Amino acid sequence: MSPQPVLEAQDISKHFVLKGSGDLLGRNRPVLHAVDDVSLSIARGEAVGLVGESGCGKSTLARIISRLVDPTAGTLSMSGRSITDISSARFVRSDLRRKIQMVFQDPSDSVNPRFSVFDIIADPLRQLCRPATKAELVARVREAARAVNLAPELLDRFPHQLSGGQKARVGIARAMIVDPELLVLDEPTSALDVSVQATVLKLLARLTREANVALLFVSHDLNVVRLLCSRIFVMYLGRIVESGPTEEIFNRPRHPYTKALLSAVPTLRSGRTGERVKLEGEPRSPIDPDPLACRLVGRCPWQQQRCTAAEPELAACGPAHAVRCHFPLD
Amino acid sequence: MKHLEISGQAEPVASAPPLLSINELSVRFRTRSGIVNALDRVTFEVRPGEIVGVVGESGSGKSVTAFAVMGILDAAASITGGSIHFEGRDVLGMNRRERDMWRGSEASIIFQNPRVALNPIRKVGQQIADVLARHSPASPSAIRQSVLDALRQVRLPDPEKRQSAYPTELSGGQCQRVGIAMALACSPRLLIADEPTTGLDVTTQAVIMELIRDLARSRQLGTVFITHDLALAAQYCDRVVVMHAGHVVETAAVSELFSAARHPYTAKLLRSVPSLVDRLEELQAIEGSLPDLRRVDLPFCRFAERCERRISLCDSAPLSLAPIGPNHCVACRNPL
Repeated sequence: MSPQPVLEAQDISKHFVLKGSGDLLGRNRPVLHAVDDVSLSIARGEAVGLVGESGCGKSTLARIISRLVDPTAGTLSMSGRSITDISSARFVRSDLRRKIQMVFQDPSDSVNPRFSVFDIIADPLRQLCRPATKAELVARVREAARAVNLAPELLDRFPHQLSGGQKARVGIARAMIVDPELLVLDEPTSALDVSVQATVLKLLARLTREANVALLFVSHDLNVVRLLCSRIFVMYLGRIVESGPTEEIFNRPRHPYTKALLSAVPTLRSGRTGERVKLEGEPRSPIDPDPLACRLVGRCPWQQQRCTAAEPELAACGPAHAVRCHFPLD
Repeated sequence: MKHLEISGQAEPVASAPPLLSINELSVRFRTRSGIVNALDRVTFEVRPGEIVGVVGESGSGKSVTAFAVMGILDAAASITGGSIHFEGRDVLGMNRRERDMWRGSEASIIFQNPRVALNPIRKVGQQIADVLARHSPASPSAIRQSVLDALRQVRLPDPEKRQSAYPTELSGGQCQRVGIAMALACSPRLLIADEPTTGLDVTTQAVIMELIRDLARSRQLGTVFITHDLALAAQYCDRVVVMHAGHVVETAAVSELFSAARHPYTAKLLRSVPSLVDRLEELQAIEGSLPDLRRVDLPFCRFAERCERRISLCDSAPLSLAPIGPNHCVACRNPL
């Protein structure tokens, strides 16, 4: 890992104050804890996975890191420089905007249907880099399309004339054209067929290698994350519950939730360790979580008395491996 | 590819007469831009207690097959050939009233998106009661009891309270349990599950799939499980039907299909599944895309244009699904 991470998040929280019963002055309203005290860092050219169930806050975290929403608390810094002192509204016009780009979940919903493919890819360049000449703009768009294996004749088409895989590649080309240092991808392959997904995953792996861009890959598909990412963060109800090298997380998960998540993944691979771990019921509400209990309480098969008395801290349990559990698994 | 471990199969009796048999079924859609040959001579069978997975990319005709069996195809579709038999009865020959009664009481479907499939402004218990009332005349109190039984059977927690919930008040997994309860309320013998876990979390997916498998086993339900997720099919099905561009290209017992696929498309599909490989380098994409099904000059083998094993014979004569081993059929001139 390089000494200066491309992105560092320190104690990021995002709380949403809900409408509803507070006292007369509007105090003590219920608060939804979408993200709670998350710290992570991503090195240059590194692919990091962020996994968890729907509603665990992973997309909110991705949006905070891409500076689309402001965190309630905590700081983000890029290459050592704080970027949270610029509000997300002003960040759009800052020259740092170029360095963090996002690829969205549904390739059809995240492009302007009235823009040609050329304009979709050119738009960020026009907004953020203002190329001097038309010729330069055209050259860079063509170059970006070529980098994602998009045939030049597709540049004149409109989104509805493209297949899902082509649209996904347009989304990546559009993000890559401004030469970002970090690409935040929110479930970029979930709408694609497996045969197409393979192409997109290989493309992303090549981009990290050749363009040295770092990836934050948000997904619920652990099998995909396993292939692409070298490190994984597991989120549950707004908290990071485990983080570590991919290999270690898969072979030796220490948190009960990680173990349950892994054992629920359909797989054909042999050497799958252990029986299926089932979690009872549904995740608890993220609204005003009990500050004195582990968030997995009530679903955890290994629950003990101490789990309802104090929330565990994220603690190191190996080199680069951390777990938030009073009684980590072996 | 690594050694494969297939779990959870209790061999259904191969000799039992089929519950559902689809024979040479062809379906076309009339569209403004031409006629789409969505299904071409699709053939497969489902036995009681057997879970048959139908897998393929989007556009391969999986859902069209399901909708054709249930008789809920779009008005633009027409069945141009073939037959569907259920316990020996000709399903396509039934009149409208017979078909309406058959659907729901003897054959049921679980839809892809449970939130969309349920009526948003009717309590979930009432929606199940509607199905019961339509198919079996019973007293209101008996129906109330049946609704509770149906919800209990899908292990919905606190059914007395949840039956008065609206779909928006339930989680995605709970909505799908209601969908399953509704499908099974009249004790059908055939269940079609059309991508029942798409959009659900993996943990919820595992619970729903185990529920479907347990119910199929305990009630001897013939189940058609439609999915694009091969790993999921491998884990929960007895037999798999692989579809490509409206053709059935291969059918085999699940362990055989995943260890010894014979059709080049199946083999390629397996190499594109992330859970089957150890490193990204081993993952392979399938070049090209499905042929345009509106074409009049569709090749005999619709995979030929993407296939590396294409030989001159592929283009010279019509192709049909043929046995290549015990319980293993393939539609290929040059199988692996």
